Amino acid sequence: MNDAIELSRMRDTDFTAAVDAQSGQRISTCYQCGNCTAGCPAGFVYDLQVNQVMRGVQLGLKNKVLNSRSIWMCLSCSTCSQRCPNNIDVAGVMETLRHMARKEGIVTVPKVDKFWTSFLATVRKYGRTYEIGTMVLYMLRSMRVFTDVDLAPAALAKGKLGLKPHKMPEEGAEAVGRIFKRYQERANRQGVRA
Amino acid sequence: MRIGVFICHCGSNIAGTVDCAKVAENARMFPDVVLAKDIMYTCAEPGQAAIEAAIHEHKLDGVVVASCSPRIHEPTFRRTVERAGLNRYMFEMANIREHVSWIGKDKEANTNKATELVQIAVAKLRNDKPLKAKSFDVNKRVLIIGAGVAGIQAALDCAEGGIQVVLVEREATIGGKMAKLDKTFPTVDCSACILGPKMVDVAQHPNITLYAKSEVEDISGYVGNFSIKIRKRATYVDWDKCTGCGACTEKCPAKKTPDTFNELVGPTTAINIAFPQAIPKKAVINPEHCRQLTKGKCGVCAKVCPTGAINYEQQDEIITEEVGCIVAATGYDLMDWTVYEEYGGGRYPDVVTSLQYERLLSASGPTEGHIKRPSDGKEPKNIVFIQCVGSRDRSIGRPYCSGFCCMYTAKQAILTKDHIPDSKSYVFYMDIRANGKIYDEFTRRAMEEYGTEYIRGRVSKIYPDGEGHLIVRGVDTLLGEGVEIKADLVVLAVGVEAAKGSPKLAEKLRISYDSYGFFLESHVKLKPVETNTAGVYLAGVCQGVKDIPASVAQGSAAAAKVLGLFSKDKLENDPQIASVDMKRCVDCGKCIRCCPFGAIKEVEFRGKMYAQVIETVCQGCGLCTSTCPQGAIQLSHATDNQILAEVNTLCQC
Repeated sequence: MNDAIELSRMRDTDFTAAVDAQSGQRISTCYQCGNCTAGCPAGFVYDLQVNQVMRGVQLGLKNKVLNSRSIWMCLSCSTCSQRCPNNIDVAGVMETLRHMARKEGIVTVPKVDKFWTSFLATVRKYGRTYEIGTMVLYMLRSMRVFTDVDLAPAALAKGKLGLKPHKMPEEGAEAVGRIFKRYQERANRQGVRA
Repeated sequence: MRIGVFICHCGSNIAGTVDCAKVAENARMFPDVVLAKDIMYTCAEPGQAAIEAAIHEHKLDGVVVASCSPRIHEPTFRRTVERAGLNRYMFEMANIREHVSWIGKDKEANTNKATELVQIAVAKLRNDKPLKAKSFDVNKRVLIIGAGVAGIQAALDCAEGGIQVVLVEREATIGGKMAKLDKTFPTVDCSACILGPKMVDVAQHPNITLYAKSEVEDISGYVGNFSIKIRKRATYVDWDKCTGCGACTEKCPAKKTPDTFNELVGPTTAINIAFPQAIPKKAVINPEHCRQLTKGKCGVCAKVCPTGAINYEQQDEIITEEVGCIVAATGYDLMDWTVYEEYGGGRYPDVVTSLQYERLLSASGPTEGHIKRPSDGKEPKNIVFIQCVGSRDRSIGRPYCSGFCCMYTAKQAILTKDHIPDSKSYVFYMDIRANGKIYDEFTRRAMEEYGTEYIRGRVSKIYPDGEGHLIVRGVDTLLGEGVEIKADLVVLAVGVEAAKGSPKLAEKLRISYDSYGFFLESHVKLKPVETNTAGVYLAGVCQGVKDIPASVAQGSAAAAKVLGLFSKDKLENDPQIASVDMKRCVDCGKCIRCCPFGAIKEVEFRGKMYAQVIETVCQGCGLCTSTCPQGAIQLSHATDNQILAEVNTLCQC
């Protein structure tokens, strides 16, 4: 077992404490029943199952957890949180891990990050989501020009894909923009990636 | 007065953070203290011998021990001073362990606080008076509430010991949950075959009076002399005449009555006898479904009854029994599993509880021992068992393990294979808890010999596939992958909760219960059958989850306590009780109204009315003394003067 994880060296208790503090959850209450993994609709594309992510956090295996694909493939559907017998907001923990990974500059599945950035860019500009804008930005960023294009005609026909951005009354868009600006300023002050 | 003070080190428990020698040195300055010394272990034999010797040598007439909580060793030291010729109430204890050394690390502050607590104890002792207990008669009869296997065992052991037993059972038959089981782990012997003889013994024992279909309405009195009101529910059948022939149940037209004995698997008749071995084997009418009682038209059972036992006019009856002590053995209920939407929330008939499955397995059950699934009566081939349904789940307020589900699930998997040899059983589990005698071997047998597939993980979803199967989706966390099983029947190992109404009964018994409704024992390890109310004992799951062997053991343990109590002809009361100063009493009656034990009565003396404490009933709680506007009631050993002396000392420290 040369490749065994050497716990005495690898164990980062500060990481476990930081996840607890930033997520507001007590990871130590997890007793590995597996309810989260059982209910996870995205588990089939995970490299670490949800319960394994939780175990990694418990053991303080920072690199293993922050480098996993799973935290990026999580849909934030919160089935895990709803099912957890120990009241852990597991989806909240996954989100905390994504933030932590991003701050560390680790983005294992860049296209997910790019999609979010594109989505948020439209919200920042128009105050509300703008589907076509999101799509175009995402295509440019990810260089995946034809992804999901086949869905466009059906979505257009059903009015699910507006060609123009949704309008917000009374300078709402500017107000939302200011929220983004404040957040950016705070991130700059703290010296982290927004 | 000559007082001796002993400061205990308790090894390093106290001495680790308290300078015991310094406390002793300080204590020598307190008034009336003629001797103060520190001892390594005061409760040990040499420690007690040192106290006895000091009493003789220094002619002490009062002793203070500064050590642990009085809940632990006060009785020990009271006996010590008594052996040396002092009255046992000329003793005071200062708690410098739980109240000092265990809760602070600052040695100087601890030493000061310990000194102050000793000073307070000395001040109290200087005001103490010798007290004498009074003795009173014991009524050597016992009330046992609940006739499941724990209550039955307690009843039989008491009855065999020559004690008169009053056994009260809420249901129409005794036997409790065990009577519903098909077989029992780890030996897979027939539940009815091993419980049946005990049930018959209960019915036939001359020392046992059984009240079935009855509940305890009210309890008054105290250890040795309780008075019990029992409500005997109307059964609409005169049990003196009923022979249990069953003619009425055959003819009853209300054939869609819910069958609670069979856990609602299949219907029964409005007049029925729970099962063939029921004790008492008497018919009972369910008034909510009886056509005569709901619509006023029918009367078939009255016509067919050969002994004329049916009485539609019967009313509840209140019976009074006098007993000397009480055993509570009220068992448990299953939690309402339908809160779990992922298991269908109760929508799918082929998702059943483990207790329902027992009835499906049982030869006396609705399917006569053939496993037929509720939806279409077909024999299931693939059976999925899900453990920990409502156990170990903080999110629904049930963080505890129900204890026996791992074992009965293994048993049910084994029985399933016995009943249907070409069947396949799957068990979803979190952990397997099999820590009893030949328990682990039993669960291994289920896997190795009976081929039960144990899957370490949880189920996320159950849904019908439209072709008569249930799709069970879950995860195998050892594999790290999702799994799916096409099942014909799903059995949920539903967790235990305290019996419905147990908090109410606890209040009647004046005993404590935990936040889940289980009754609190006096000490979790050393007094597991006693409660904090003298003369009230516990047996079975009402005290906490346990399986049949443990329930039987606790039933016998409770009986041993009853027999021990009744081995004395007279009991001594605690002299730390209230008494009324007639010169001050103005007969306002406030004490009578506030007493939770009914221990104060009005008496006439020379044409005037006064309050008087019934010494054997008073529990010394002190409510009356703090209520009395005249200060006319004083609690012995906690009088106003004694408490004020303590407060004065503390304020001058």
